[in-house]
Amino acid sequence: MAELTKGQKIQFLRTILKIRRFEEKTIQMYQIAKIWGYLHPYVGEEAIAVGACAAINKSDYIISTHRGHGHSIAKGADLNRMMAELLGKATGYCKGRGGSMHIADTELGMLGANGIVGGGIPISVGAGFSCKMEAKGRVAVCFFSDGASNNGVFHEALNMAAIFNLPVIYVCENNMYAISMSSCDSIACKDIAKRAAAYDIPGVIVDGSDPEAVYRVVTEAVELARQGKGPSLIEAKTYRFGGHHPNDPADYRDKQEAEFYKREKDPVINYKKRLLEEKVISQTEIDTMEKEIITAVEDSVKFAEESPEPSLEKFLEEVRSI
Amino acid sequence: MREIEYREAIREAVMEEMNRDPKVFLIGEDIGKYGGAFRAYKGLLDMYGPERVINTPISEATIIGSGIGAAVTGYRPVAEIMFIDFTGLAMDQIVNQAAKIRYMTGDNLRCPLVIRTQGGAGRGVAAQHSQSLEAWFYHVPGLKVVMPSTAYDVKGLLKTAIRDDNVVVFIEHKMIYLNKGPVPEEEYIIDFGVADIKREGKDVTIFAYSNMVFKALEAAKDLEQEGISCEVFDPRTLVPLDMEALLKSVKKTNRLVVVTEACERGSVASDISAKVSSQAFDSLDAPVKIVAGLNTPIPYNSILEQASIPHKADIVKAVKEVLA
Ligand SMILES: Cc1ncc(C[n+]2csc(CCOP(=O)(O)OP(=O)(O)O)c2C)c(N)n1
Ligand SMILES: [Mg+2]
Repeated sequence: MAELTKGQKIQFLRTILKIRRFEEKTIQMYQIAKIWGYLHPYVGEEAIAVGACAAINKSDYIISTHRGHGHSIAKGADLNRMMAELLGKATGYCKGRGGSMHIADTELGMLGANGIVGGGIPISVGAGFSCKMEAKGRVAVCFFSDGASNNGVFHEALNMAAIFNLPVIYVCENNMYAISMSSCDSIACKDIAKRAAAYDIPGVIVDGSDPEAVYRVVTEAVELARQGKGPSLIEAKTYRFGGHHPNDPADYRDKQEAEFYKREKDPVINYKKRLLEEKVISQTEIDTMEKEIITAVEDSVKFAEESPEPSLEKFLEEVRSI
Repeated sequence: MREIEYREAIREAVMEEMNRDPKVFLIGEDIGKYGGAFRAYKGLLDMYGPERVINTPISEATIIGSGIGAAVTGYRPVAEIMFIDFTGLAMDQIVNQAAKIRYMTGDNLRCPLVIRTQGGAGRGVAAQHSQSLEAWFYHVPGLKVVMPSTAYDVKGLLKTAIRDDNVVVFIEHKMIYLNKGPVPEEEYIIDFGVADIKREGKDVTIFAYSNMVFKALEAAKDLEQEGISCEVFDPRTLVPLDMEALLKSVKKTNRLVVVTEACERGSVASDISAKVSSQAFDSLDAPVKIVAGLNTPIPYNSILEQASIPHKADIVKAVKEVLA
């Protein structure tokens, strides 16, 4: 595998920061009730989406989850349209109909966040069939977390993807919790990657706080998929830095555990540090980058706030006509 | 009388039944330390331990299936599906297994299973977390369907559900968990199939259940100012349905408005309307009017979300139409 270029590394950092600042903003907006409903921040897990999406092309597909903002951003989503969706505006990705849990975009190959845990996993099989039938070398990356891997659909989908040799890369973001349920209590084996053995497909564990490591393993899996060698299961070990949602104090988990991950496994801190050490980027360049990102996030809020609400009249008309 | 929250009433019902019968246990997602998504089970893990408060992985089909398995072998599980929307994942176990097991085995296998869940819109949680799907269960022979509106009702009905030897789908509404209402300290149960007149009136009967009872009561209050007397009829259990009481009410008022948050096509409301129209045709002075949710997945945008479900004004309008 070719070494990552300086430019790629800088892009990784940029996208990690973009997701982090966007998520922090959405939490603030949630706390002042400008965003409502359910919001599941991706804080702490950014490196997975960044590494995985860097390993595929724009024309490839991703399938996302309720914790999906990071996947969309890493696939190239426009912050303005994302923020507009979170504010329920007509200019949002789903015209304000979907909100946080349903962002999707065909142009981006983003086949949807999902309010149903595990809901996207069977859909990935269909995307895989489509990629295979079309025979243009397209692949699909299906994201889900530990909790979703306990639903029956996980078994059905991985088995089918395996028997039909579909070009799907299953990326399990094991952030150790499904709401309050610890993955140690909910999963019969220690590593979700081990379950790959049941489908006779590769099962790989990777440090989900390291975008380069994720990039490497996903790249390998994508190569197999493009060569017609079928699906892979990648387990990215990660941690949900906050509660399940902004109002969840997460008092069911050990404070020290959370502190440990925030201190040792923060992709923002660690990757900045690494790129500085490798002299890929200077502190001033990071500062400039941060500023640009903060401006972009602020602009997205402005865009969203100035955007119109969806038209009630049009909605009522549409509803009556079906 | 003391007033307690709807969710506290649920907790009391469960505790009383668990204390009364060691065979009762709870199973579902995030019901342990977390106390359930709406905190109705707060503290129960500490009180009853992990063998009677079983916290599960996200495995809806098997939550219900294990409820069935335990029920047919002598236990009384209360299995929770966090949102009614997720019953989709457990539909085989509910419809093909639970609903039929007693009948098709010639009464060999009794299945005293309660499926506790909640539905409804109003929290901005969009299309996959806001549905009103009671008609799915109402339609299937072999399931009882309970939809309590008040703290008093939820307590008495949940106790009955747990004691019932059949499968009960117990549907709460996400907007009413914090509503307070009078609940006696003394023990009581409420029989299934017994409606409650939440407000007496003589000009028109408003049939409403779950959260819609409150909207109907608000409408009735407004209409009273205009000299219109509404009877608010809360069936409390949809299966079995207290048809006798409903016909009695309609025979008194001669007019019926049926309110549901679900969309009208294939709804409980259209079934009620059809039943009353055929069974009390001679008593009706106007066609039955249905006030229902719109034919749409529930949108995230709050203006559209609110437009998708019935409000007081819609009920007021319908009442005036049947009186016109
Ligand atoms: C089928 C289904 N069951 C339950 C839920 C409620 N719920 C929403 S998120 C969640 C936890 C998901 O855990 P996991 O898959 O690990 O994802 P994470 O939140 O960690 O990203 C649950 C139980 C749901 N949305 N869908
Ligand atoms: Mg998780």
